[in-house]
Amino acid sequence: MHNLTVAEQIKGLKNKDFSSSELTQHYLNRINDSKLNAFISITEDQALSQAKEADKKIANDESSILTGIPYAHKDIFCTQGIKTSAGSKMLDSFISPYDATVTRKLNDENMVMLGKTNMDEFAMGSSNENSYFGPVKNPWDISKVPGGSSGGSAAAVAARISPFATGTDTGGSIRQPASLCGITGIKPTYGRISRYGMIAYASSLDQAGPMTRTAEDAAIVLNAMAGFDTNDSTSVNKSVPDYTQYLKNAVNDLKIGLPKEYFSEGLDPGVEKVVMQSIKEYESMGAKIQEVSLPNSVHAIPAYYIVAPCECSSNLSRFDGVRYGYRCEHPKDLNDLYLRSRSEGFGNEVKRRIMIGAYALSAGYYDAYYLKAQKVRQLISEDFKKVFKKVDVIMGPVSPSAAFDLGSVKDPVSMYLADIYTLSVNLAGLPGMSIPAGFSGNLPVGLQLIGNHWSEQLLLNAAHQFQMRTDWHNYSPADR
Amino acid sequence: MTWETVIGLEIHSQLRTKSKIFSGASTAFGSEANTQACAVDLGFPGVLPVLNEEAVKMALRFGLAVNADINKNSIFARKNYFYPDLPKGYQISQFEIPIVGKGTIDIILDSGENKTVGITRAHLEEDAGKSIHDLYDDYTAIDLNRAGTPLLEIVSDPDMSSAKEAVAYAKKIHALVQYIDICDGNMQEGSFRCDANVSVRKQGEGLGTRAELKNINSFKFLEKAINIEVERQIDILEEGGCVVQETRLYDSIKNETRSMRSKEEANDYRYFPDPDLLPVAISDELLVEIKKELPELPTEKKLRFVDVLGLSTYDAEVLTSQKEVAEYFEKMTNQGADAKLSANWVMGDLSAALNKSQLEIVDSPISADELFLLISRISDNTISGKIAKDVFKLMWDGNGSVDEIIEKQGLKQLTDSSAIESIIDDVIANNPGQVQQFKDGNSKLLGFFVGQVMKASHGKANPKQVNEILNEKLS
Repeated sequence: MHNLTVAEQIKGLKNKDFSSSELTQHYLNRINDSKLNAFISITEDQALSQAKEADKKIANDESSILTGIPYAHKDIFCTQGIKTSAGSKMLDSFISPYDATVTRKLNDENMVMLGKTNMDEFAMGSSNENSYFGPVKNPWDISKVPGGSSGGSAAAVAARISPFATGTDTGGSIRQPASLCGITGIKPTYGRISRYGMIAYASSLDQAGPMTRTAEDAAIVLNAMAGFDTNDSTSVNKSVPDYTQYLKNAVNDLKIGLPKEYFSEGLDPGVEKVVMQSIKEYESMGAKIQEVSLPNSVHAIPAYYIVAPCECSSNLSRFDGVRYGYRCEHPKDLNDLYLRSRSEGFGNEVKRRIMIGAYALSAGYYDAYYLKAQKVRQLISEDFKKVFKKVDVIMGPVSPSAAFDLGSVKDPVSMYLADIYTLSVNLAGLPGMSIPAGFSGNLPVGLQLIGNHWSEQLLLNAAHQFQMRTDWHNYSPADR
Repeated sequence: MTWETVIGLEIHSQLRTKSKIFSGASTAFGSEANTQACAVDLGFPGVLPVLNEEAVKMALRFGLAVNADINKNSIFARKNYFYPDLPKGYQISQFEIPIVGKGTIDIILDSGENKTVGITRAHLEEDAGKSIHDLYDDYTAIDLNRAGTPLLEIVSDPDMSSAKEAVAYAKKIHALVQYIDICDGNMQEGSFRCDANVSVRKQGEGLGTRAELKNINSFKFLEKAINIEVERQIDILEEGGCVVQETRLYDSIKNETRSMRSKEEANDYRYFPDPDLLPVAISDELLVEIKKELPELPTEKKLRFVDVLGLSTYDAEVLTSQKEVAEYFEKMTNQGADAKLSANWVMGDLSAALNKSQLEIVDSPISADELFLLISRISDNTISGKIAKDVFKLMWDGNGSVDEIIEKQGLKQLTDSSAIESIIDDVIANNPGQVQQFKDGNSKLLGFFVGQVMKASHGKANPKQVNEILNEKLS
C-alpha cells in the first residue's frame, strides 16, 4: 500500500480495496519501524480514531476526496490538544489550544494525521540538524542530511512512511529537503495558504505547501490547503482553481528561462548535469529554452539574512517563559526569568538569528540594514517581473549540491550560502517547486520550477508532464 | 528672570469598540481577570492579528473632527520590548505613517481669547495588559483582559504655555472624543489618559530639555503635576543645573514627580512595519461616508447656539464644553423652552446644585424634561421665577414632580386680577405716605410697592400683573 500515491490511495479507498483504518495502521507500523527520526510526535490513537471516522464517512458515502488519507503534519502547525513544538525545547511542553487553519482544513476533509514531523527549530536551518529532537536522517543514505527545515516531512514521504506531508517554506524549506530526499514539493504564492496557526519564523516570507511523491498528489493536496482566511490578513481573497484540472495540458509551447546566475561557480557538476538533462527532456516535449538573467539574485542571501532575522527577532519575543512553553527553574527576578528561559529554551541557530535581527533593527542601524534589504527585495522582484515578460517558467537547480554528510557543515555562513537558489523566490513571494529529476551518485537531485505569482497550476502542469515522461519520482530508497 | 513654559500632551483615548483592535475578544471593563483574552490577545504561537474596522472608522472620525490630514495608507509597526503584561513582546502601534496626520483644535483661554492648538498626529495602537504588584507578596499578577484594547494616541504640538492651557486642551479633547462617540472618557477606568511633555526656557530662547510626566488620571492632577514639574525645572536651572531628559512619574499623594527612567535607560523599541498586517487603505468613499455620519461638533454647536438661539458666546461655550451638558440643554430647548432661560437655569441653579453634590449632569436628580417643565411653569405664569427656585430645591430633594410640588405646597401663582387688585388696594391704603411720595415723582418707590404686594401674596402674585396694576392704580 505504501508504494501507492495519494491519487491511487484515493481510488483504493473508493473501491474498498482497503480501508482507511488498514491504511493508517500500515503507515503507523512503518513509522514505528523507521529509524529516520522523522517524527517528533506519533499520534497513533488519534490517527486510528480519525481513520475509523473516515471509514464511516466512506461507508455512508459522505466522504470528500481526501477522506481517510493519512498524512504527516510538520510540527510547526498548531494542532489542538497535541504537542506543537516547532522543533524547539522552548515548546517541548506546549499543547496548542487551537488548530491552525491548515490543520482545520485537513480535518474538515476527514483526513488522518499520523503525527508531527521533525524540523529545524522554528524552521531555521537547511539540514534539520537544528532540531531539539535530534537530526532527521536522509532515507537514501542515513549518513546524510535530509535538508531543512521540513526535513522530517521530506524524509517521511521519501521513505514511504507517510503518503504525503505538509511543509513550510521561508527560504527554501519545502523545496530544498524535497530535492535532497527526491520528492515533489511546492511552495505556493505568498498569500495562497493561510498562515494562521503556523508558528511564525519570518512572517513576510513564510508559506505552507504540500510535500508529496508526485505533482498530481501535490495538486490534490494543494486544493485542500489553499484559500483565503479571514484570520490571516496577508492571505489573499482569490478563488482557488482546481489544480488537478490543468495537469494534462500539453507543454509544447512552454517558454522556459534558465537564469545564468543559477549555473555559475559553486554548482556541483553532478547536480548541474541532472538539471541540464531535465531541461533537455522539456525541450524534447517542445518547450522553448532561453537564457535569462536575474542580476540581483546575488544579493538574495544578504537581503534574506537581514529580513528573516529581523522578523524572527520580533516573532520569537513571545517565547518569554511567562504564559506557556519553557520556563527556567527558580528565576531570581523578571530579568533572570527572561534571560535564562530564553537562553536555555532556544538553540544556537535561533539565538544567532534573533541577535542578528535585533541588531539590524536597532536605532541607527535600521536604515542601513532593514530598509536596504527591503530595497534589494524590491529589485529582486523587479528582476523576476522582467523575466516573466519573456518566459512562462524559470528552471534551475534547487540546491548547489545533493545531500551532504550529517555534521559536515559547521560554519553557519556556509550553510546560508547553500540557500542561494531558493531565497529569491520567497523574497519575491513567487511560487516555486522542486521535482525529482535524477541522481548524483546515489543521491536524488531536484529540479526547481519557478513561476509568476498565482501560476501554481502551470508549475503543477509542467511538473506532471515531466513525471509522465520520467520515472525519477517513482524511485524509492528501498529499491537501492 | 522670566521663564516660559512649553507643554505638549500625549493623550491615550480608549476607543469604544465592542471587540479588541486585532481580535474578537470583548473590551468590556471590569470582568474577572484573564477571562477576556483570546489566543490572539495572549500571544499564542501562530496567531495573527486582524484589524478591527470599527477602530479605523473611529480614528477617522477623530481625524475629520480636528480637520486633520488623513493618511490614505497608514502602516502598523511593531514596538518591541519585553514586559510580562505585553504578551507578544511587542506592541502593535503606528510609527512612521499614522492614520491621522496634522490637525488643529481651538481652546478658550481664561482671558476669553481663542487659541489654536496644533495636533501633531493621532495613531491607532493596542493597549497592554495590567500588572498588579500588590496582590501577592512574592509575585506580580498579570491581567490580560485589557491587552489588545484599541487606543487612539493623540499627540499635540508643544503649543501650551501653562498648566491651565494644558488642562483646557485636555478637556477639549476629552469633550470631543465623547461628542463623536469614540471614547467613553472615563478617566477612573483609564479610558482617557494624559502624558505631559514639559519644559521651560528663557523668553525668546529655543526649546529646553523636556521631561515626560506619566501616571496622570485626572485634570486636577494634570494641572498640579505640570505646575510642580515647572517649579522643579526652574529651580534646577536657576541654580545653574541642567534638566535631564527623562520620564517622570507623578505621585498625587505627595504631589511630586520622580524619575522613572532616563533617556539613556530608555528602550530601543526596534520599530519596524508589522509584516502580519497590510497597510490600512482609506478610500475617499469611506471618508465621505464617515463625514456624513459625524454628529454636530462642539464648535459647530457653539456657533449655532449663538446664531440661532441667540446665546452669548460665553454661555454657548460653557453649554457645549461637555457633550452631556449640551444634550441636557438641547433636550429642554427642543421641547420649546426659552433658550436664554434654559441656559440660565442649566448654568446657574442646576450647575451649582450638581457641583455641591459632586454629581455629573447625567446623574442629575432633575432630568432635562423635569427642568423643562419647571421653566414652562414660569413661562405659563403658573409660578414666578423666584418661586421656581424653591420648587427646584424641593425637586432636587425628591419631593415629587414640578406640578405635584406646586400643588401640594400651594405655590401656584396668583393671576386672578381682581385678587391681585384687592391686595394692591390694601397695600396702597396701608402706605399713604409712600403713595404721596411716589405721586410727587419718586418713581423708585414702585419697587417698594411691588415688594409689599409680593410679600402680602407670599410671593405668589404674578409680578408682571402686579407691575401693571400698580402702575395703573398709582398714576
